[in-house]
Amino acid sequence: MPSSVMHTSTMNSGHPSRTAAVSAVGLRKSYGDKTVLDGIDLHIPAGSVFALLGPNGAGKTTAVKILSTLIRADGGQAQVAGHDVAAAPDGVRAAIGVTGQFSAVDGLITGEENMLLMADLHHLPKQEGRRVAAELLERFDLTKAAKKPASTYSGGMKRRLDIAMTLVGNPRIIFLDEPTTGLDPRSRHTMWGIIRELVNDGVTVFLTTQYLDEADELADRIAVLNNGKIAAEGTADELKRLIPGGHIRLRFTDPAAYHTAAATLREVTRDDDALALQIPSDGSQRELRSILDRLDSAGIEADELTVHTPDLDDVFFALTGGTDHTKETVR
Amino acid sequence: MSAQLATAHRPSRFSLAVRDSSTMLRRNLLHARRYPSLTLNLLLTPVMLLLLFVYIFGSAMSGGAGRDAYIAYVVPGILLMTVGSTVVGTAVSVAMDMSEGIIARFRTMAIHRGSILIGHVIGSVLQSVVSVVFVGAVGVAIGFRSTDATVLEWVAAFGLLVLFATSLTWIAVGMGLTSPNAEGASNNATPLILLPLISSAFVPLHSMPGWFQPIAEYQPFTPAIETLRGLLLGTEIGNNGWIALVWCVALISLGYFWSKSVFDRDPK
Repeated sequence: MPSSVMHTSTMNSGHPSRTAAVSAVGLRKSYGDKTVLDGIDLHIPAGSVFALLGPNGAGKTTAVKILSTLIRADGGQAQVAGHDVAAAPDGVRAAIGVTGQFSAVDGLITGEENMLLMADLHHLPKQEGRRVAAELLERFDLTKAAKKPASTYSGGMKRRLDIAMTLVGNPRIIFLDEPTTGLDPRSRHTMWGIIRELVNDGVTVFLTTQYLDEADELADRIAVLNNGKIAAEGTADELKRLIPGGHIRLRFTDPAAYHTAAATLREVTRDDDALALQIPSDGSQRELRSILDRLDSAGIEADELTVHTPDLDDVFFALTGGTDHTKETVR
Repeated sequence: MSAQLATAHRPSRFSLAVRDSSTMLRRNLLHARRYPSLTLNLLLTPVMLLLLFVYIFGSAMSGGAGRDAYIAYVVPGILLMTVGSTVVGTAVSVAMDMSEGIIARFRTMAIHRGSILIGHVIGSVLQSVVSVVFVGAVGVAIGFRSTDATVLEWVAAFGLLVLFATSLTWIAVGMGLTSPNAEGASNNATPLILLPLISSAFVPLHSMPGWFQPIAEYQPFTPAIETLRGLLLGTEIGNNGWIALVWCVALISLGYFWSKSVFDRDPK
């Protein structure tokens, strides 16, 4: 494995296109007549966190499976750690770690045995293997449970063991397929902390998620995948700029106050049923004050005021056409 | 496991295969040791049949030759049936294993790819040997004696057993790989338990209907049973030794290439 790591670092000099930990051009995959990936391009610089964001069934897992050499693409090219996934899968495998959506731990054996199994498969000398296993179990707070069968672990523990196993080989690129799906809020935050630590170690992280806040929180760059195509790509801020700005929303219980306010404030969007007004705004203090001043001088008091700044949710639903209503309710 | 440094130089393909296969073997043996119920359940069938045929049907089956003579006749067949029964467990555990996420992890690691299957095969053969020794001990306990076998014949008998177990195991691995789940694997592997019932394990071929005799005679179990009988009891082996050998080589090749092609396909 060190050979491939050396490979990427020597390629870092010069040429921007060569600093990519992961790059793909026109990746395609279909199952039967269902096209899952319809030509996606990726460019992920080494040492960064990249989030592939999309609703269920968008093709996120398929992309990870292809890039991690689990399955073959029907078309296009991909390079991971400088190796072609189709032509030199073993070079890719030596540089990556994968934590899938469904836990990749052996439930029949203990957490410690899982770790030692990984150490053996990475051909670590026995003592070093034991040391690495013990260190990682400690780091992921699994030492107490180390002697228990992994099948008895909670969801969060399994996910932590999963990542710990992935780290045994000291991979330079880590694929995390929906690392927090199905976890409770506390485990989810623990997992975020773990992912940030990985980044501090200089590892490139490729994560998929259906949670926008997660991508916002963790990723340097985000690509929105929808129907097998990348709908948009950029930093969280760049994506937010793609859609119109935020607004201030005023809600009234008294219809008279509502109508007066609507007349007083110009450029409002009226919602007569809800007795609510929307005023376009960048959410700045100055704008907010000017609106409040105008309301005060007209003697109007709103029952509720909310400031809405654009978030990735807006971007997401704008880009994916709000096709995934079920997810909205689930969240 | 030798503790030599692999980081300094890339190990050769062969040493990688040996090392990874032995790691996978240890994993499978750990499973078998941790969860012995599957193995024990599978041992039940041959032991029950042995006791059933000897003590309940024994006098009828032997045609008046007596219980001891029938024990001598039936034990070699029961031993090979034990192999068939053990590898059903292999088919089930391969099918179960393939549905686990850990296999996907193995597939994305820079390990010898075949080691996952080889670990299963060697583990299964070792399990077959242990099972046969156990059932053989039951046979000896109820009066089975290998009258005049030489050391060479014992070695040959052991070799036959290992070869036969290897061939059935590769077939079972293929069955396990193509089954969607444990139940499916168990069903698909049923012929491995049924075949000994229509072999010369319990009754001699000449007592079967004429049209059926060729089927019973040339299926994989009969030549192996007749060979084992000959080695342990000194009966006529004839060309059964060669037929058994050909069967084993054919089944190993078939099972190996079948399993490999299924395993090399992209997982779902």
